[in-house]
Parts: sequence; C-alpha cells; structure tokens
Amino acid sequence: MTAATEPKERPRPRQGRVARFVQLSIIPFLAILGGLIVGALVIIVSTALTGEIDLLLPLIAYQSMLEGAFGSARGITFTIVAAAPLILGGLAVGVGLKAGLFNIGVHGQFLMGALGAAAIGAYVAGASPIIAVPVAIAAGALTGAAWGFIPGALKAWTGAHEVVTTIMLNYIAAIFVAYLITGPLEAPGFSFSRTGPVGNAAFPPLFGTEIHGGVLVAFGLVPVIWWLLWRSTLGFEIRTVGANPDAARYAGMRPAFLIILTMSLCGLLGGLAGGIQILGVTGYMTASYGSAIGFASITVALLGRAHPVGIMLAALLFGAMRAGSGLMQIGEADIPPEIIDVIQAAILFFLTADVVIKKVLRIRAPDAEPSELQTVTKSYGSGAPT
Amino acid sequence: MEVVYGIPIIGVLFQFIGYVIEVTPGIAPIVVGLATPIALGALCGVMCERSGIVNIGIEGMMLSGAFVGFLAAGLWAQAFPAEPFGGPFSATPALLIGVVAAIAVAMVLSALHAWLSISIGADQIISGVIINIAALGFTGYFNRLLITPNPRLGAGTFSTFRLPPEVVDIPVIGWILEMFFEQGPISMSVIVFVLLLQVLLFRSRWGLRTRAVGEHPRAADTVGIDVIRLRYRNVIVAGIFAGLAGAYLTLESTGSFQNDMTSGKGFIALAAVIFGRWTPIGAWGGALLFAFSDAFGDAVVIRPPGPEFAQLGPIMEAIPSQVYGALPYIVTIVILAGVVGRSVAPAADGRPYVKEGQT
Repeated sequence: MTAATEPKERPRPRQGRVARFVQLSIIPFLAILGGLIVGALVIIVSTALTGEIDLLLPLIAYQSMLEGAFGSARGITFTIVAAAPLILGGLAVGVGLKAGLFNIGVHGQFLMGALGAAAIGAYVAGASPIIAVPVAIAAGALTGAAWGFIPGALKAWTGAHEVVTTIMLNYIAAIFVAYLITGPLEAPGFSFSRTGPVGNAAFPPLFGTEIHGGVLVAFGLVPVIWWLLWRSTLGFEIRTVGANPDAARYAGMRPAFLIILTMSLCGLLGGLAGGIQILGVTGYMTASYGSAIGFASITVALLGRAHPVGIMLAALLFGAMRAGSGLMQIGEADIPPEIIDVIQAAILFFLTADVVIKKVLRIRAPDAEPSELQTVTKSYGSGAPT
Repeated sequence: MEVVYGIPIIGVLFQFIGYVIEVTPGIAPIVVGLATPIALGALCGVMCERSGIVNIGIEGMMLSGAFVGFLAAGLWAQAFPAEPFGGPFSATPALLIGVVAAIAVAMVLSALHAWLSISIGADQIISGVIINIAALGFTGYFNRLLITPNPRLGAGTFSTFRLPPEVVDIPVIGWILEMFFEQGPISMSVIVFVLLLQVLLFRSRWGLRTRAVGEHPRAADTVGIDVIRLRYRNVIVAGIFAGLAGAYLTLESTGSFQNDMTSGKGFIALAAVIFGRWTPIGAWGGALLFAFSDAFGDAVVIRPPGPEFAQLGPIMEAIPSQVYGALPYIVTIVILAGVVGRSVAPAADGRPYVKEGQT
C-alpha cells in the first residue's frame, strides 16, 4: 500500500492544504464567473431580440436563481437533492478521466440505471423496505455497469473509441427504454406509458424533507471514490494506465482489463445516478424519460478537475442552478431554463481556455494534475491498447 | 430463388439478401438523401483529421448550422417575402441567405475549435465536446425564445429536382440517375464535393501538404510548410461542410427545427470517416451504408417481407420495430469495432504541434 500512496513524487514546495486548495480553485472560480458573465450577455441580447434592451434583467434573473436555490430551507433541500445525481454522474466521468477514458455516455448509463431501478423496484414494490430498497438500487447500478461495460470492452478488444461508441449507446438506450416502457414493462391502468409504482422500494424521505436516502449514497460515495483512486492498488493502476498505458503494461498491469473495469465502474456510477432519481424523486419511469444529467456531468467532472471533492462542489453549484432555474422561469425574469446549458458551456469554454485566463489576469495558477484533461485524445484512432 | 430460400438456416440468409434487393430500388433515393448530412459531416472530419486535428464537434457545428440557417431564412422570408427564382430547385432569396448563414456559423465554431486545439493546445476531444454542449444549449435557449412563440416562422425547403420520365424509364441507368439526381441541391452537391476533395487531397499540392501536416508535422515544417497556418485554414474551411449538413436538415429535408435534431449524425459521420479510412470516397461509402441501415428500418415497417420470404417474414416481425430505429447506431458501433483496428489514422491526428524551441 505504501507504493500506492505516492505514485508521482515530484519535488514540490511544501504548502498548506488550504493554500493548495485556493490555488487549484482559482481557475474554476474564474471560469464560473466567466460563465455567469456570458449568461448575462446572452440574456441581454435576447431582451434586445424580443423587445427592449433591459440591462438589469440578468441581475434579476440571477437574484431569483439565488433565491430559488438558497432563499429558503426548501430551496436548500432542492439544491442538495438536485446535486446528488450530478455528483454520481460527475464521478462517472471523473473516474474515467483518471484512466484516460472520456465517458460521455453518462446519459445512456443514467437511463439504463433508471430503467433497472424502476423495473425491479416495481417488481419488489410489495416486499419489506429493508429488502426492496437495496435490491432496486443494486439493479439500477448493475444495469448501468452493464451499459458501461460495452464501450469498455469495445475499446479494450477492438480499439473503437469510447467517445463515439458511448454517444451511440446513449441513443440506443433511449430507444430501448421507450420500447420496454411502451411494451413489456408498461404498467396497466395509467393514462400514459409508465412503469408501475416502486412502492416500498422508494427511498424513505429523511428528516421530514425531500432529502432521500439516495442523497446519502451520492455524498457517501465521494470519500469512497477518493479512497479507491488514491489509496488503493486498483486506483493506482487506473491512474497509471491513464497517465501512460505503455508504462503500465511494462509494470505488469493489464490495460485492457483495467479499461473494461473502469468503464464498468463509470457505468455503475452513472446507473446509480439514474437509480436514485427514480427511487428517490419520481417513483416511476416514463417512456420519454429524459434528463440533462448526462451532459451536465461532463461539465461537473471537468469543473471539479476530476477530483471527487471538486466534483462534489461543482455538483452543488449546478444543483443550485437547477433548483433556482424554476423560480427564474416563472418569476418576473421569465428566462427559459435552457440558459443554464448556455452558462454551462461557457464555463467549460473558460476552463479549457485557462491559458487565456492566466495570460489576461497575469496569475500563476498550477495546471490541473498532469494525468487529467490532457490524455483523452491520445488514444483516438490508434487501435486497441493491448 | 424459391429453391434457394428452402434451404434451412442458410435459406433465411438468402431470403434476407433477396428482401434487401427487393426493397433497395424503392429506398435508394431516400438513402442518398439521408446520407447527405452524414457524408458532409464526414468530409469535414476527413479534412480536419488529415491535417491532424480531431473534430468531435461536427455534431454541434451541424446543429448550430441547422438552427441559424433556419432562423435566418425564416426571418428573411418574413421581412422580404419573395417569389422563388426560376429553375429546378425553387430557391428563394431567404433559403440562400439561410444556407450562407448556416455555413457562416459553422465556420465560426470551426475557427473556435481550431483556436482551442491549435493555439491553446487544449485537448481536442474536450474542445469538440464543448462545441457540442454549447450548440445544444444555445440552440435550445434561442429555440424556446425565438421560434416556439412564432410557429409560422419558416422559409419552406428547396424542392427536389425531377428528371424527365423518359430518362427514369431507362432500365438500370435510369434508376441510378434517379437515385443520385432526384435530390435537392445540397444532396446533389455532395457528389461534387466528394470527388473534388478526393482529387484535391491526393492529387494536388495542397493535398500533399495537408497530408504531410497530418502525418508528420515536424518534417512538413522543416521543408517550409507553415503547419499552424495550414491547420487553421483547413479546419475553418472544413466548417463549410458541417454548415451545409446543418442547412440540409432544416432547409432541404424538414423545413423546421427541433432541439437536438442532428441526433448523433455528427458522430456517425466520424464513424464513416474511420470506415472510409480517412478518404472522401470511402467516407461517402460509409455514409451511404449508415443511411441505408436507417432507411431499411423504415422499409421493414412500411413494406414487410411478403409471402415468398416464408421464414424471414415471421422473424422480422418478431423483432420489435424500435430495433430498426436503433439500427444506424448499432451498425455504427459494429462497424467501428470491426474496422478500427485495420484502419490507421493519420499519425499526428489529435496531437498539437509545437514548433521546436517554443516549448
């Protein structure tokens, strides 16, 4: 285990954890600021397109967003509940990045996990909650893992790049879900196609609020994934394969096996995200069940610099934005909720163009960990890794 | 044929082949149409990757082109209603403005991708994904804001060219001509672009330089080729194809815009690039194959196998119709898995070039 703890010893000036954290978060913080500014500009432009220019509208919009997210105890619980699947989705992308894999298939893994949890949840709805809840959530996690296994195996055995295969699997998952829920899994007696109620398999609400057990699962997995990546042998191997597959092979590790395992783990986390949404929030699944979690997860993982704690913070930010967007839409601001996607894309842009931020503001922030963010394209079109 | 169809197990395979042959003439013109956005996206991919830049953002460029093209054409038609010009495609000023706008926005996004991946040295796949997410966000936002409250917005579509009936009636040749030329202007232009790019890439000075920059930028640099400039130029020009693909979707095919209407076509185009081994003609072949799997799914639903396909009929009926809807995506994965190992990308694909002494 000692070998696993310090894989990349570099002479680095000793500094406090707080100082390091502040240094690491300068760029993400500025990127968020940049994203909000771009969002404000887009809102101003859209007022110009639809009526008179209103320079104050962005402020009103952001104010109602803040109010919706943090203005009341209810708003805060909404934020936390909305952050939970984003944490899991973000981890599903982040763990992959550590192994040099870019998992943009969280959308499909989320759908499959939701499907598994909804189907099995409806099946065990009558059982005692002590059995029903774990069985249903495990079903979600496993269907997600199976969906993640496919691109992993394809990459390891044939070299098909995961970016294209996971996107294709996203569409296949959506079609598969629509087929099952309008067909074999459709519950009788409803006016629209949906699965049966999950009954006892639903996460019980905690502390008398909307916060459900799935939220605990999500937040609880943050230290677990951190431990797995930085304190376990498996995590060491995953990070080594991500940093340098050749070195990993010479050291006796099996890149193909690790790629499959990592993608399955990513799928498991993505499936859990879907599972907790079904068992904790909606209670059933419709044929056209969709969500923005999949693509938001990519932003969350990159904003959190593929570190579990960073991912948790980024997920809370996006959870707050989602929780607040409702009020922004119905309040006096009347902004389409899609503005969040615009802000999200702008944040991603500033994160990627961090060189520019550094130059413009003349700051010296450290780069992201070397194995992160710069390894993904290496494997494109270059065949199987083994 | 009845004799062959009777053989157990293999007979079903022959029945399948027979069925494919039977439905193909009916769906061929549709296939060429469906292949258009994929083929144009693939041309964009070929041009970028031959110069060493991976472009995952084709999907987003296409979607933005589709949206902006539709919006520009619709607004122009609203402001200055005009009769179509004469000629076979019933083009209007609004439609032409739309196509230009679609190309322009895709080129701007291409320039952004070029800047991020060439000058900034960002990870090219992440840069491409940003373009996709940004395109989804911006088009979704402005769709809700500008198009949804204005349901009558639109400029129609280009019309399909009609061959004289005497030509269509010629056996075989007439059928092939019908397949490729009973199309709208953008679909027809694909053939020209494919052949042009194929010749330019492998027979011209520009093509040689582009391939050199994609395979071995350092060597290209030593013989005096400006690697950075050539990459910029190629990536930005390649945006034209992605923009045209978008314009096809809203201004030639459907005449309306829906969120995420590209539905993965930009990624299928990437698979077509790999399938075609980074050549324009090969990529076009890949696009036709994917489009065929798409159209075949519809054909099975509309015209299921008749009684002469005794065993095949029940088998194909037993498969839920949604499976046929997923066919293009499944075929993409299968092709990628089967072809990728034997198809070699340009050596410097995806690697940013840093001049010596500038590191």
